[in-house]
Amino acid sequence: MMEHLPALIIAIPLLGAFAAPLFKRHHKAVSIWAILITGITLIVSLLLTREVLVKGILVYVFGAKSPTLVLPSGYKVPIRIMFEVDALGAFMAISATLMSFVGALYSYSHVAHESGLEKYYSLLLLLEVGILGMVLTGDLFNLFVFMEIAGISGAALVGFRSYRGEASEAGIKYLIISAVASLMVLFSVALLYGEYGNLNLAYIAKNIKFGVVDLIAFGLLFTSFAMKCGAVPMHYWVPDAYTEIPAGGNPPLLVATYANLYALFRVSFTLFTNIVINISRAGWIMVILGVLTMFIGVTMALVQKDVKRLMSYHAISQTGYMLLGVGVGLTVLHDPSKLMEFGRDAIAGGLFHVINHIIYKSLLLMTAGALFYVTGTRNLDNMGGLARKMPITTISFMIGAAAISGLPPFNGFASKLIIYETSYMLNPILTVFAMVTSILTLASFVKVFASAFLGPPLKKYENVKEVPKPMLIAMIILAALCVIFGLFPKIILDKLIYPAADALINYLQYHSWGGLA
Amino acid sequence: MNSVLVNLPFIVVAILLAIGFYTIGFKRNLIKIIIGVEILEGAVNMFIVALGYVKGGYAPIYTQAPSGAIENMVLPTPQALTLTSIVIGVAVTALMLAFAVNIYKTYGTLDVSKVRRLRG
Repeated sequence: MMEHLPALIIAIPLLGAFAAPLFKRHHKAVSIWAILITGITLIVSLLLTREVLVKGILVYVFGAKSPTLVLPSGYKVPIRIMFEVDALGAFMAISATLMSFVGALYSYSHVAHESGLEKYYSLLLLLEVGILGMVLTGDLFNLFVFMEIAGISGAALVGFRSYRGEASEAGIKYLIISAVASLMVLFSVALLYGEYGNLNLAYIAKNIKFGVVDLIAFGLLFTSFAMKCGAVPMHYWVPDAYTEIPAGGNPPLLVATYANLYALFRVSFTLFTNIVINISRAGWIMVILGVLTMFIGVTMALVQKDVKRLMSYHAISQTGYMLLGVGVGLTVLHDPSKLMEFGRDAIAGGLFHVINHIIYKSLLLMTAGALFYVTGTRNLDNMGGLARKMPITTISFMIGAAAISGLPPFNGFASKLIIYETSYMLNPILTVFAMVTSILTLASFVKVFASAFLGPPLKKYENVKEVPKPMLIAMIILAALCVIFGLFPKIILDKLIYPAADALINYLQYHSWGGLA
Repeated sequence: MNSVLVNLPFIVVAILLAIGFYTIGFKRNLIKIIIGVEILEGAVNMFIVALGYVKGGYAPIYTQAPSGAIENMVLPTPQALTLTSIVIGVAVTALMLAFAVNIYKTYGTLDVSKVRRLRG
């Protein structure tokens, strides 16, 4: 049972996704089914993480007992489909399952009045499958397949409100970006296959040589994943997609974006560090990309009037922090003294920011969804005085806004502080940019708070009430996590984040199971 | 001359990639952009199939294989990859076309410079 966890974590939501259409015309039933399935998957992912943290890297082979089993002819390469779960993959799996659960819970009320709910929940669960596959697989081609699953179901979710033309517009933008990015991934997978005759990540990482073809493949993979995780200059799909998706789909879509960030880290650390002596150059590219992303994202957010669009630009800006943190670690990866001094902490800070950002940005987008639910508009100019009517939403919003602006004692502060400290060691200018971005973030959230929640109560919203309970529970869970992660960052860092950072740094560990030849 | 002939599939792949990127980047009609994505996909698929060809190798089909072929069969992985990628490509195209139909219904045009309600 326990050894089959990596297969179960994919199989359960897949079953859920394809069984969901059976509940056609039973809207309550299909919502409960989705909540149940995502809940079970969350438990499975927690068990899986415990296994990985205790026993080290878990290699699961489909169709054989052990990964080192070879062909009868004695041809010694791994030929089977493999899942390889290390601490980083497990960490991402927890984020994905937690957010899918919260998203399904929130959707119970948020999309209750829409039609075609069985398709909505099918897509939501398929999106979860795609993310989980991306972060757990040990095979390059599987990475492409799961990336496409996540891309297709994500785009279909973005265009779910098909009666709105804008939804289709955002959906096709997201789909074209994701199709082009994953085709380029496939192209570089083919390049690597042509060179090494295998698709296994561990095998290629072990046998990789320094060559032009490798560099081309690395460049293509880096660009495609950066494109899909919303880094500048390919960020323009992010605000459209995040705005048009129903708010319950926002948490999984956020994680889908960061699954691409995970793939970016995976290829730069595990696959290519072994050969690229000048990996610090790639690290600097990542750092500069991060600074640009955070700064351009926040400046575009300042002028927005649509509340969800404003928050989506902040999502771009926060992605910059993660790139900055992990990029700082990548620049000093081959320098052991600097790595111990600040590189390891930088990577940990970047990864910690991934989960923190997923939590508070989902919370904020859900409060925006709650505002849309009661007022029917997303324009900040048409809102006002809602604090008295919706106290719990208001408090959740305040917690999320404080967390994203990096105010103590919330979780955003914990990870941002690590990023400030470590990027200062590399170059003080980076820290200046990061702090200015943080201040601008606070400024724009004060604006949202003032125009949506404060002010005199408007006549047209006299009869609005607090949103239904499932939405409130979903928001309260995330708000509580914001506070817990902010108050006890040490526990989270030691239990979850540092093992994940070490999994990136000790790239040789990834093929320690043999990798065959 | 010989090197051109040997590399002919890869030259075609490069040309197709260029056409695909050009179509996505510079055409305004949404249907043409979708066709551009399809051309890109064709290029990548062709690249994988071309990689899988080994001179003198036999297709890995055991029934009625000529004698001596069993020792000399190619690995069928590239073909399997291509099949998977074609299936995924069909799903992507169907969804893109569905979005295009929906956009035409609400906006009354397929010109991407006019389909721009989401901005700012």
